[in-house]
Amino acid sequence: MAHLNLFAFGIYPYIAIAIMVLGSWIRYDREQYTWKTSSSQLLESKQLRKGSIAFHIGILGIFLGHFAGLLLPKELWYLFGITSSMKQMIAIVAGGIFGLICFYGLTILIKRRLFNPRIRATSNPMDIAILLLLYAQLILGLLSIFVSVGHLDGQEMLKLMAWAQNTVTFNSVAAAESISSVHWIFKLHVFLGMTLFVVFPFSRLVHMLSVPVQYISRQHQIVRQRFVR
Amino acid sequence: MKVRAQIGMVLNLDKCIGCHTCSITCKNVWTSREGVEYAWFNNVETKPGIGFPKEWENQQKWNGGWVRENGKLQLKIGGKRRILANIFANPDLPEIDDYYEPFDFDYQHLHNVGDTKHQPVARPRSLISGQRMEKIEWGPNWEEILGTEFEKRKKDTNFNEVVQKDIYGQFEKTFMMYLPRLCEHCLNPACVAACPSGAIYKREEDGIVLIDQDKCRGWRMCVSACPYKKIYYNWKSGKSEKCTFCFPRIEAGQPTTCSETCVGRIRYLGVLLYDADRIESAACVANEKDLYQAQLDIFLDPHDPAVIAAARAEGINDNWIKAAQRSPVYMMAMDWKVALPLHPEYRTLPMVWYVPPLSPIQSAVQAGHVGMNGEIPDLKSLRIPLRYLANMLTAGDEAPVVRALERMIAMRAFKRSQQVDGVEDLDVLKQVGLNAIQVEEMYRYMALANYEDRFVIPTSHRAYAENAYDLKSSCGFTFGNGCGDGNNDVNLFGTKAKGVRQVIPVELKD
Repeated sequence: MAHLNLFAFGIYPYIAIAIMVLGSWIRYDREQYTWKTSSSQLLESKQLRKGSIAFHIGILGIFLGHFAGLLLPKELWYLFGITSSMKQMIAIVAGGIFGLICFYGLTILIKRRLFNPRIRATSNPMDIAILLLLYAQLILGLLSIFVSVGHLDGQEMLKLMAWAQNTVTFNSVAAAESISSVHWIFKLHVFLGMTLFVVFPFSRLVHMLSVPVQYISRQHQIVRQRFVR
Repeated sequence: MKVRAQIGMVLNLDKCIGCHTCSITCKNVWTSREGVEYAWFNNVETKPGIGFPKEWENQQKWNGGWVRENGKLQLKIGGKRRILANIFANPDLPEIDDYYEPFDFDYQHLHNVGDTKHQPVARPRSLISGQRMEKIEWGPNWEEILGTEFEKRKKDTNFNEVVQKDIYGQFEKTFMMYLPRLCEHCLNPACVAACPSGAIYKREEDGIVLIDQDKCRGWRMCVSACPYKKIYYNWKSGKSEKCTFCFPRIEAGQPTTCSETCVGRIRYLGVLLYDADRIESAACVANEKDLYQAQLDIFLDPHDPAVIAAARAEGINDNWIKAAQRSPVYMMAMDWKVALPLHPEYRTLPMVWYVPPLSPIQSAVQAGHVGMNGEIPDLKSLRIPLRYLANMLTAGDEAPVVRALERMIAMRAFKRSQQVDGVEDLDVLKQVGLNAIQVEEMYRYMALANYEDRFVIPTSHRAYAENAYDLKSSCGFTFGNGCGDGNNDVNLFGTKAKGVRQVIPVELKD
């Protein structure tokens, strides 16, 4: 069991991140033609507008929440006067709100993808798989709120933070140890999260690396030269 | 002054017979692929009508093109921040049904059906969902020769401010014209400005606007921003595609496929030199009706020594300058002013121009239905309302349309009296401000329309730019991944294998 724990939370994360980084790099370099959002709005717009906006707002909120909650060291939070139990409450409330927004959007998107004949016929297996994976992950995350309510002191959360921070500082044994005693819902959530990293370069998720921020500062018109003078 | 060259096009609507050869040859060359079955880089519309996609000219609905706000140009779909705010779902994107659901027929059924009591039929099937379509509701050319009822067609925005537009629903009063449409390869393209990824660009050397298929991420803002709705989203590849102006042909000095195959010889291709420094100010003039003149003003005279020197300084080759001097597009747009831009009010400075149609006028004149204004029939009493043409070609200003039509009528009157009666009718020319030499040129270019006169395309000097030895054994057009096309049968990245179209097996018999 300890070995399994070490593999799942001490080694698998590195495999997952390696696949994500190398896979995305190779895909961007060699197969950039496949690097896209894969939008299906042309084929169905109404449901997409409802679902996609809610989904993206929700998941961006969740993403930022996880980033701040897991990776910022607890000393930093204390510096701002936020104790672990306060942080736990913030996580529950903010995560719950964004989670529900995301759940609403994702439910619409999945229904649309599976039951709209045009969308279904033009979907890749990966388009469907990635939605279902995200759905499962989101439901696990929402379920974990019920677990967290039983640990309002934030101790359970500190273990997860320790796992994340040990992982990014390459203390894999310590990382696996710190997570070994958390509730199985958290473990499953973390494992599935790492699995999302694995499928990332093989799915449409890569479009999140191409957020067009440079558009804001760019000239309106683009003219390309052929001849080098 | 920053001189740039552009290959422009003029379509002489007076001679368009609506045969759709341009559309079909374009389709066969460029869009006979899965994902763009519905896309027509070139299509021919019968006007009046709402067109393809539905009501594309109604920018209240689609928000295409530019608007002038507080003296500055802004995309009608919104500023950069609004575009990014809408990135999760574009509120101004047409749906596939605004174009049409692409379909094919079950032809195979005719071969496989065996003995039946009734004549077998090939029924339509959706090319998107693969499901049976009980009824085809719309197509790329649904309004062909005034198909569909006038109640629907009168939504055509070119009817704005046309007096008594309802009388054109009557059979005796109705009128029609053809409008072949393709990408305008604008000087101030809205699609380029709207692309969040910066994937769309204008080529410096010939002005062709292209989408970098590798850089396109499928945000779809270009589809909305283009007021001509000439960017199509490929639902299979997830990238936007558009008319390429057949750039591989243009580079080799050949006309585009649509121009080459035009049986009516209505299409002209030629070089225009323009001042790139004045694009923004020209697109931003306060009054929409001044946009046509503003665009004329940034075109440069290729015979002017100062322009030639400036063009050379920009590295424009002498054969391009020579081509600009012989350019039929320049003659029709600038010298004779018979060609006009399509919807200049979109402020994109389009580069595919149109000679307004004359034929119904001339036949009415010959039948004696029309009052005369000196030597020339009074255009006010003609079949196609002037205001309709003006809404289409000059943002509602009738004067340039009148000038173009009168000059064409004068050319006919002059040549008729010259060849039938054997007299030179110079009065008619005087009335429209032309001289006999100009009219002979107009006659040569617009009536005879020889191949060499219609297409004056300089070859681009590829050989100077690329080392042919380095290109040895390479793959020609690729996706930058060696010889792969990014779409292999075995693909880790989740794209399906290419769609297989059924081929009827040939049965060999002794």
